[in-house]
Amino acid sequence: MAQTIEVTGLRKRYGDVRAVDGVTFAVEEGEFFGILGPNGAGKTTALEIIEGLREADEGQVSVLGMSPWPRNPGLLPRIGVQLQSSSFFERLTAREQLRTFGSLYGVPAGKSDAMLELVGLDGKADVPVEKLSGGQAQRLSIACALVHDPEIVFLDEPTAALDPQARRNLWDVLREISTGGRTVVLTTHYMDEAEILCDRVAIMDAGRILRLGPPAVLVRGLDAPARISVASGVLTAEDARLLPGADETGDDGVSLTISTRDPSAVVAAMAAKDALDGVQIRGATLEDVFLEVTGREYRA
Amino acid sequence: MSAYQSFKSLSRAMYLGFRRDRSALFFTVLFPLMFLVIFGGIFSGQSTPKVEVLKIGQAPVLEQALAQGGDELGKVLTVTAASDRADALRQVAKGDVAGAVEQRGDRLVVHYSAADQVTAGTVRGLMNSIIQAANQAATGQPPAYTLAIQQVEDDSLKAIQFFTPGLLGWALASAAVFGASQTLVTWRTKGLLRRLQLSPAPIPTVFAARVAVSLAIALVQFALFVLVARLPMFGLQLEGAWWMAIPLLTAGVLAFLSIGMLVGAWAKTQETANAVTQLIVLPMAFLGGSFFPLDQAPGWMQTMSHIFPLRYLNEGMLNVMSRGLGPGSVLPQIGILLGVAVAGSLIAVRLFRWEAH
Ligand SMILES: Nc1ncnc2c1ncn2[C@@H]1O[C@H](COP(=O)(O)OP(=O)(O)O)[C@@H](O)[C@H]1O
Ligand SMILES: [Mg+2]
Repeated sequence: MAQTIEVTGLRKRYGDVRAVDGVTFAVEEGEFFGILGPNGAGKTTALEIIEGLREADEGQVSVLGMSPWPRNPGLLPRIGVQLQSSSFFERLTAREQLRTFGSLYGVPAGKSDAMLELVGLDGKADVPVEKLSGGQAQRLSIACALVHDPEIVFLDEPTAALDPQARRNLWDVLREISTGGRTVVLTTHYMDEAEILCDRVAIMDAGRILRLGPPAVLVRGLDAPARISVASGVLTAEDARLLPGADETGDDGVSLTISTRDPSAVVAAMAAKDALDGVQIRGATLEDVFLEVTGREYRA
Repeated sequence: MSAYQSFKSLSRAMYLGFRRDRSALFFTVLFPLMFLVIFGGIFSGQSTPKVEVLKIGQAPVLEQALAQGGDELGKVLTVTAASDRADALRQVAKGDVAGAVEQRGDRLVVHYSAADQVTAGTVRGLMNSIIQAANQAATGQPPAYTLAIQQVEDDSLKAIQFFTPGLLGWALASAAVFGASQTLVTWRTKGLLRRLQLSPAPIPTVFAARVAVSLAIALVQFALFVLVARLPMFGLQLEGAWWMAIPLLTAGVLAFLSIGMLVGAWAKTQETANAVTQLIVLPMAFLGGSFFPLDQAPGWMQTMSHIFPLRYLNEGMLNVMSRGLGPGSVLPQIGILLGVAVAGSLIAVRLFRWEAH
């Protein structure tokens, strides 16, 4: 498959801060690519260099076979960008906002209006941007990035500062926009989000990429234990410890949790004891991957 | 994707943003208009008032003076015949007229009210001079000395003639400086400038749109000011070359936009930009002759006024709109304002930043 974005040996310093410190990766056409890392990891800096907003100190960037720096008017109509701060024209309504951005790309008004529906804002067309909720503003911002139907979309932390419900709603929109062969590059500091949305994830910390791959592969590569939990009282802790394959157990009064490297044996044994009330099985997550590669707990 | 398309939609966005900003509308349009209405109203009676006098019976001395004094005397004095003596005196007492006059033989008797000292003085002085002139004429000799009186302002320069261009200049300056600085600061701090950098719109269209919107706002301000000032109650008289105010204010708007760009490029927050804009515009309006005529100001103030671009806009507009100077008279002012625009823009470009760090 064609490499839509190729980044090689990217570096950017601000004074003593190495914001991006030797980053190399490629994004394939149609891929949903995530850059995951805590605040200050260098995600925005890397993304803005790729978009053509900043000049790299070192390294090469190629987007759709072109160099984004210096400002490349041949490339700009083919990419869509949502910046980390939602940037709107003051006092325009959602519809006017979209039409204005659309017209900068020669998009007719009717097509701009259709974008409102895609992001579920058709009911808010005449609301001034200042009156939109956080989630609605993010949707509008995404619609503005998509209004000219770009081949690649860059989204910088689109779900930051949203409540859990608004985040989940936005995930549906994000899945929707990655259909039809469009490449999406997203940054996030939410592990679950990267895991659920992205085909591949680059885990970034302190300007470097620590791991890169499909979330499932990264997690599996950990060989971390699975955690099985049932409601407290279904099984005593002693009984649980004696189950075949069980490593460690703990009961916090609400749930009994068993960690194991052989979840199927444990579950089969629990089923035989008819002790599967409210059972939950949780495998390792990207958080465990982060813990392993950095040696510290993940904190966004 | 054409530059024109981008220019059009950016202008529209800017215009809507301005029109929906109540406080910007108030401070750049309504507030100066209110000043015009108030100042125009307060000072409307400021040109030399006519002295109204009632004539009781016949007063040949007065009639002769009026016939010979012609226009000059007619301009300052109106004489009306009173129906009867008692009524005339009552009107004087009430202050409806400046005085009442009756001739008894060789004596001209002037009835006046001491309630209004100024009017009393005026009517006494006027009548005295009429008698002096009559006495002098009775000698059959030509007068040895004559007195020619001329007011400093030509008489068309009523208060409204001064306040319209002056307050308009203030309004134009605050709208342009405010518009440019606010756009630049908010668009930068909100990241809109960077977002536009990522669109294919040519960057100069962003600035062209700002200039176009500011010019349109300036023309609306001009039209509103002239319309209000020409209401019968204010009675602005536009002189022949008034239309030269339009190229002049275009140059003025460019100059003030460049100052606004400077403020906007330098200031980090909207609040700072706002405060600095006020700090520039208000003193400039005071010392640039927006609120009082500079020719009545002390010498140091007149000298100082030359550093303020608004001075040249005010002076030029006053000359062509109110003083009746020819269209070519404002060319020096236009030149100076364009010079300020170029210099200001060059510095603003150097200070310009895309992002808020
Ligand atoms: N314009 C800038 N000037 C100075 N330092 C910056 C600038 N932008 C980012 N940094 C620094 O670079 C590092 C990476 O920042 P950033 O790319 O914004 O991280 P992230 O998006 O992952 O939170 C941080 O330490 C940040 O303080
Ligand atoms: Mg960031």
